[in-house]
Amino acid sequence: MTLLNISNLSISFTMYDRWLRKSIQPTISDLSLSIEAGEIIAVVGASGSGKSLLAHAILGLLPSNASVSGEISYQGKPLTSHTIAKLRGHEIALIPQSVNYLDPLMKVGKQVENAVRVGEPKKVRESIFRSFSLPQHTANRYPFQLSGGMARRTLVATAAVSGAKLLIADEPTPGLHDAVVQETLVTLKRLAAEGAGILFITHDLAAAVQISSKVAVLNEGRLVDLAPASSFTEDGLQLQHPYTRALWLSLPQHQFTEARVVDY
Amino acid sequence: MKRNIFLSIGISAVILLMPFLLSLVLGNEGLSTKLTARNLAPSLQHWFGTDWLGRDMLTRTVKGLTLSIGVGLIAATISGLIAAALGLMAATLGQWVDRAVTWLIDLCLSVPHLVLLLLISFVLGGGTKGVIVAVALSHWPSLARLMRAEILALKSSQYVLISKQMGRSSWWIATRHMLPHLLPQFIVGTLLLFPHAILHEAAITFLGMGLSPHQPAIGIILSESMKYLSTGMWWLALFPGLCLFLIVRAFDRLARNLVKLITPESIRQRGGDSR
Amino acid sequence: MLEAISISKRHPAHGKEWLFREFSLYLASGEIVGLQGESGSGKSTLCRILAGMEGAEHGDVLLNGESRLKQTRRKGYQPVQLVFQHPEKAVNPRWRVNSILYEGWQPEPSLLEELHIEGSWLQRYPMELSGGQLQRICIARALSPSTQFLLADEMTTMLDAITQAQIWRTMLSIVEERKLGMLVVSHDQHLLSRICHRVVSL
Repeated sequence: MTLLNISNLSISFTMYDRWLRKSIQPTISDLSLSIEAGEIIAVVGASGSGKSLLAHAILGLLPSNASVSGEISYQGKPLTSHTIAKLRGHEIALIPQSVNYLDPLMKVGKQVENAVRVGEPKKVRESIFRSFSLPQHTANRYPFQLSGGMARRTLVATAAVSGAKLLIADEPTPGLHDAVVQETLVTLKRLAAEGAGILFITHDLAAAVQISSKVAVLNEGRLVDLAPASSFTEDGLQLQHPYTRALWLSLPQHQFTEARVVDY
Repeated sequence: MKRNIFLSIGISAVILLMPFLLSLVLGNEGLSTKLTARNLAPSLQHWFGTDWLGRDMLTRTVKGLTLSIGVGLIAATISGLIAAALGLMAATLGQWVDRAVTWLIDLCLSVPHLVLLLLISFVLGGGTKGVIVAVALSHWPSLARLMRAEILALKSSQYVLISKQMGRSSWWIATRHMLPHLLPQFIVGTLLLFPHAILHEAAITFLGMGLSPHQPAIGIILSESMKYLSTGMWWLALFPGLCLFLIVRAFDRLARNLVKLITPESIRQRGGDSR
Repeated sequence: MLEAISISKRHPAHGKEWLFREFSLYLASGEIVGLQGESGSGKSTLCRILAGMEGAEHGDVLLNGESRLKQTRRKGYQPVQLVFQHPEKAVNPRWRVNSILYEGWQPEPSLLEELHIEGSWLQRYPMELSGGQLQRICIARALSPSTQFLLADEMTTMLDAITQAQIWRTMLSIVEERKLGMLVVSHDQHLLSRICHRVVSL
């Protein structure tokens, strides 16, 4: 079942700079993509390519000076600002980037419990902590007291307990140690196996290829390629689009500085 | 959007200049006692009515406003300068100075504002000087705290660290990096003090500690009008009060719009500089 | 040679706890050394100490034999430069790019070319440039002739793979040309193994 469908999405902003000069900010142009239940689709691109805008657009969190065109629909029905307000936190959840998104003055246990939609909050929280290998006493900590790995797992937990069908992971592994990244990826994979559809927004191409079925590549707001994960072989020869291939081969584990980047 | 902001600034400026312009136009005629024109309600000859001495309320209000604004401006400016100086000292002269200034700030803030004002004014024997000094000495604490916090944050921001690393002197960094960031905050902070200063001047004068009754400041006007309210002469309090309110609002608007003009959106949107 | 001798630093936010104790490392000219460690382990703090931006509770930093922490440092452009992870935080958002680039010294056109810095960027404000573009500016301003050691604190972590590869290609050639000593802090094992002569852990 198609969970999320995005057609021809375009977003632009007008901003007023010092002395009120008008300036246009990073945009998305004509983006189309869809996510099925149980599927993980990655959206990859450089900072400034517009990928975080996508998360905000779906969740209805764009600032007021944004102008949007195109359609976003959830389970076949259009996603308006009205409907997204109801679905947010219930059927569509965000896995935020860092603990800064949590309430700094509330213990994390309580915050996870607040996100529980089905079942008894305390029990659900205990069970999710167990399955994420989080010691129960973590519930009594405040966000700033969590170490990198624990913070990561807590953030995913808040989304997992909501029972959401569509999860949007916005840069869930920013510059983290390999072991922690792997843990997060495994958790996401598990959530997908349990039926959730996941939009995995990241600039870590290697991580994206590891768990997604398809990788959408954004360059300056445009979707330049939607490649199946299987085409990301070591030599990159099965990748059709030159930008995708250049991105893949430029990784330090592949050709890195030897990669040839052709202008497109 | 640009147009709206300039329009708003224009309107505020006009409102703020009105008292001064009107004061010139009206002259001092209306201030003299005219016993034949006592206690008149608002009419075409006397837009704001007259008081118990036959003095034209419009002229009195206008003159009162110019006086109050003048006193408020001087007091607020002095206050702003004290705040900037102390905030700067606290943030740059080491731990002991910082502790001393912070202690002083806390001390001033813990005393009820009006009490502090009255105290200082009393000690100085009231009058214009008393009011200005009293207001100046009681309004700097919050702004000083703000300046101190901003400077401390700036000192540890990455671009300042790199500037030092590249050999730039403290003076250079202070004037090229810090000042442009602090100036808008300072201007707004000081401008926002004006309404307070004006209101407080009105308050202390109202309570009898401020300007002498001969000078028609808003505080006096409002204070005296209280005596006559029960006799139904509502115009004695309404118009001066309303005008005071408008003036204070105009200052507030002006300050906020100036900030919008000076601050690049990139910083505004994020709610402040990132460090 | 840049050396850290037995540096111990307390955790700034956690009172009496130590961030790291008795840590030593050395960096010779022309060497590229990698530094890895858990997030929060103090790698960035160590970089600042090495650059002389911060002090430490115990230990010393020696630059060509001279103590950096125990005496006031010389004025002028420092021989140890640091490039931070987030370029947008490392520049004054109110300044134009050319002021930022030329703040410390005058980079020659040849260096700008090597780093693929375009003239059209100079009149703009930092907000108008992408992360990759800004980072190149930050790198250029750190590479004056006086620079002997460059500390790259997760310098390319926020950049896409293509930009990262381009920047490192240029950096490797500059380091070789000028015999700079470079410390590369990164969590990316693949990156460290590709560019570093050796890797240390904090």
